[in-house]
Amino acid sequence: MSVWEFANPARFVRIVGRILAPTALLSASLLAVGLVWGFFFTPPDYVQGSAVKILFVHVPSALMAINAWIMMLAASLIWLVRRHRVSVLAAKSAAPVGAVMTLAAMVTGGIWGQPMWGTWWAWEPRLTSFLILFLFYLGYIALWHEVDDKERAADLTSVLCMVGSVFAFLSRYAVNFWQQGLHQGASLSLDRDTNVHNAYYVPLLLCMAGFALLFVTLVLLRTRTEIRKQHSAAIAARINADVR
Amino acid sequence: MIALVIRDLKLAMRSGGGFGHALAFFFAVALLVPLAVGSDSAILVSVASGMIWVAALLASLLSLDRLFSIDFEDGSLEAIAVSPLPLEIAVCSKICAHWIATGLPLAAAAPVVGLLLHLPGEGYFWAVASLLVGTPALSALGAFGASLTAGMKRGGLLLSVLVVPMSIPTLVFGAKSIALAVAGASNTTAFLLLAATTLTAVAIAPFAAARALADSLR
Repeated sequence: MSVWEFANPARFVRIVGRILAPTALLSASLLAVGLVWGFFFTPPDYVQGSAVKILFVHVPSALMAINAWIMMLAASLIWLVRRHRVSVLAAKSAAPVGAVMTLAAMVTGGIWGQPMWGTWWAWEPRLTSFLILFLFYLGYIALWHEVDDKERAADLTSVLCMVGSVFAFLSRYAVNFWQQGLHQGASLSLDRDTNVHNAYYVPLLLCMAGFALLFVTLVLLRTRTEIRKQHSAAIAARINADVR
Repeated sequence: MIALVIRDLKLAMRSGGGFGHALAFFFAVALLVPLAVGSDSAILVSVASGMIWVAALLASLLSLDRLFSIDFEDGSLEAIAVSPLPLEIAVCSKICAHWIATGLPLAAAAPVVGLLLHLPGEGYFWAVASLLVGTPALSALGAFGASLTAGMKRGGLLLSVLVVPMSIPTLVFGAKSIALAVAGASNTTAFLLLAATTLTAVAIAPFAAARALADSLR
């Protein structure tokens, strides 16, 4: 069997019906454990105090803000190449979730930045990149809203997502060139020895897994809603045609 | 292809000055800046290089709305699409025509706007050069945005929302190449990156726009 069998909408809806509850439950429990552990059972940082704990929301949401766009890019590409409707509907469903993640990253960053940097917002490369990413999300969502014909909307938004990705990527380097950063480097990465301290490491990983699963859950749920919406619209159109 | 460029240019000139509108808007924004931030020369000097680029970006955006929508409504876009000319080449012609009608006059007018905004002497050459090199990217990205909104009744605002984020690299490198020259630093990197961004935009936009137009015409 091939992975493309999941592109069948009926099959997709059936599978989503089966796995939605487990993923939602797993995501909720990971987030509950990770956040409670992170907020109440980790020591305060010796420079930043308790404010450091916002990292358990800030880092995962920032991570998912970027990953959501990459997932939309992949899904748009699959739609343009193989015309699987589920794929483009998944991209459509992921956009608002990604936009909210971007917003969450910016808001939590502001809340952290106020006591630490003394300002809610600084025109600094990472922050500016996120604002730009947010604009790309808004444009993508707006284009979906404005085009009435479903097929056309799918094509246009997919092309926008691909071209937008190139320029979102370029913008990242443009703003790096534009100004020196204030933001610290990545808190953890796979190819480095020095990550964030062990006390924060495990709860942070739990939160990241929880956010990733939360994203998956929301996208599955919203994609299923989109499929059902199209299905019911098709049924309504057929009934109208019969009546006439 | 050249016939298409000439046709678009003639249309731009005869329909009440397509050249004029973008240029007038360029000056209008340049007028707003001192009125908004104050006429203090020190302030103007510090914002001049950036404001030239912001004004150029806005002026270029303003003239995009009609790039495809008029041809779309009166059917000439369909005629172009069924002609033996590939749609990609037709889009290239449109980009060329738009650039000659807006980008070129903007670059030519940049020294005057620079003068109004007290741009220091080192900046004038780079203001013209960066606009000459950077505005093709604005036209190309604008054409892509216009192709996405071609069939819409009120696509103007959406068009701006789509095009502005994509123009950010051009704006950053363009404004930086003037600002660095004014500060007496080397602006070679910024200028080369500006050219690279333009080449990227010009390479991608015709194909993406042709794809979007083909969808709208189906």
